[in-house]
Amino acid sequence: MSDTLPPIIEARGLRKRYGASEVVCGVDFHVAPGECFGLLGPNGAGKTTTIRMITCFSPPSAGELTVFGLPVTQHRTIKARLGLAPQEENLDPDLSVEMNLVIYASYFGIPRAEARARVRELLAFAALSEKAGARIATLSGGMKRRLILARALINRPELLVLDEPTTGLDPQARHLVWERLRDLKRRGVAMLLTTHYMEEAAQLCDRLVVMDHGRIVTEGAPDALVVRHVGHDVLEVVTDGNPLRRAQVAARVRPFGGTVEAFAGGVLVYSRNGADVPGMLGALAGERVVRRPATLEDVFLTLTGRELRE
Amino acid sequence: MTDLLVGAFRVWRRDMESWRRYYRASLVGALGEPILSLLAIGYGLGRFVTLGGVSYAEFLAPGILASAAMNAASFEATFGAYTRMAEQKTYDAILSTPIGVPELVAGDVLWAASKSLLSGTAVLAVATVAGLVRSPWALVLPAVSLLIGIVFGAMGMVVASRAKAYDVFTYYFTLVITVMYLFGGVFFPIESLPPWARLVAWTMPLTHAVAIVRACMAGTVDWTLVPHLAVLVVMILAAYLVAVRAVSRRLIV
Repeated sequence: MSDTLPPIIEARGLRKRYGASEVVCGVDFHVAPGECFGLLGPNGAGKTTTIRMITCFSPPSAGELTVFGLPVTQHRTIKARLGLAPQEENLDPDLSVEMNLVIYASYFGIPRAEARARVRELLAFAALSEKAGARIATLSGGMKRRLILARALINRPELLVLDEPTTGLDPQARHLVWERLRDLKRRGVAMLLTTHYMEEAAQLCDRLVVMDHGRIVTEGAPDALVVRHVGHDVLEVVTDGNPLRRAQVAARVRPFGGTVEAFAGGVLVYSRNGADVPGMLGALAGERVVRRPATLEDVFLTLTGRELRE
Repeated sequence: MTDLLVGAFRVWRRDMESWRRYYRASLVGALGEPILSLLAIGYGLGRFVTLGGVSYAEFLAPGILASAAMNAASFEATFGAYTRMAEQKTYDAILSTPIGVPELVAGDVLWAASKSLLSGTAVLAVATVAGLVRSPWALVLPAVSLLIGIVFGAMGMVVASRAKAYDVFTYYFTLVITVMYLFGGVFFPIESLPPWARLVAWTMPLTHAVAIVRACMAGTVDWTLVPHLAVLVVMILAAYLVAVRAVSRRLIV
């Protein structure tokens, strides 16, 4: 990305403390103009708190945070140039689909006639033109997400902040949202995205960070992160949870030098470069083995562990 | 100041727009109750009572007007504002735009007061038709209703911004609003209270509101109303500042 332009978001040593517990513990990152930047991590990693600080909903406890080069205390100026699609659905249930957008436009001081034109355009963009007069309660989950996205675009933002934009959507609805986000990216809108779907991050993000327990554990482009942390191929060996068999399988592949990891149902073998895969497969002859390319999900689980987070 | 009013107007317009969906039911509630009270108590009970030479209905009408304004704003600023703040997350949506907490609170207080304007004006119309209005000063009563609405709108917002659930409002309405309604000079002159109770009554904003409305209807407007107005203005400023602070603490964390 263009490193010559000043960053859209810059965080240095950013911290957030609630009483005795620190939920964001000194993070550094930046988002360049036109870039799609991902914020990944398990529940409680500090993603939403980081987003709340960027969108001026939560004053940082320490560190520096600028958006458009402005400190986050200048919230009116920042919010005029920013679009926020929150995780929690907060559409106005008392207003129709169309009036949700018209009224939201008025908060930015966009004149009525101009607002009406933008609303028409955005409803088409979000594939909601048919629903202009509908009540919010009658919309499906996918329609609500699209309306929230359309609402976030009403002020033609330079930065779009998306907190789990496709959580709870079916694959069709999710692909439609992705397509729209790619459209926006082509138009040069910078994006900050949090998601639990690794495929979503791999599809959309130019660069991402993985956060855990309030810290950044890795940073880079999705492909580069896969190569750096897990390598090329993954072999999943199914051992039906028998710990003895698991240990035997691990012993057989360990000489090939890849990372070997046990999980409840078997063993995962990460191949660094792909060249050692035939040898590994030979050593595992007779076992039930699935070979697949390494993904961002492997990176995520390798870095943040397999324990449940609630 | 201009920014505050412009922002507040935008929030007010949102409330107005959403009200259009259910205004009929809302009108019946807001206008029906005070008008029925005036008729039932004023004429029903009033036939047995006269107070200082005026009919009971004439004594009661200003109190009903002021308390109708109080109730309309109180309901809107507690149940209504709390729903937008805590249940529907409308406040979060508004605060992700250039609208800040001061404009948001001012807009919702003005909206609550607009409902008082409506209720107060309706009671005034009925009182006028019933021949209970003695002075052209009554023409300022819609504005007075709005002022009363701002007082109780701001007070209601203080309660709503600290509420954890709807049941808090039951306490507020029983212990604060109903006490004012019964002892604030609506049904009987507060001069008939013992001296200590009279002092307590003068700490209640409704007592001052009733005094102003009564003077306007009876045509006894003079400089003695200035302290009453001053109390209401001070209450508005204090409650507004507390509400802004409490809403900020609740939502900007």
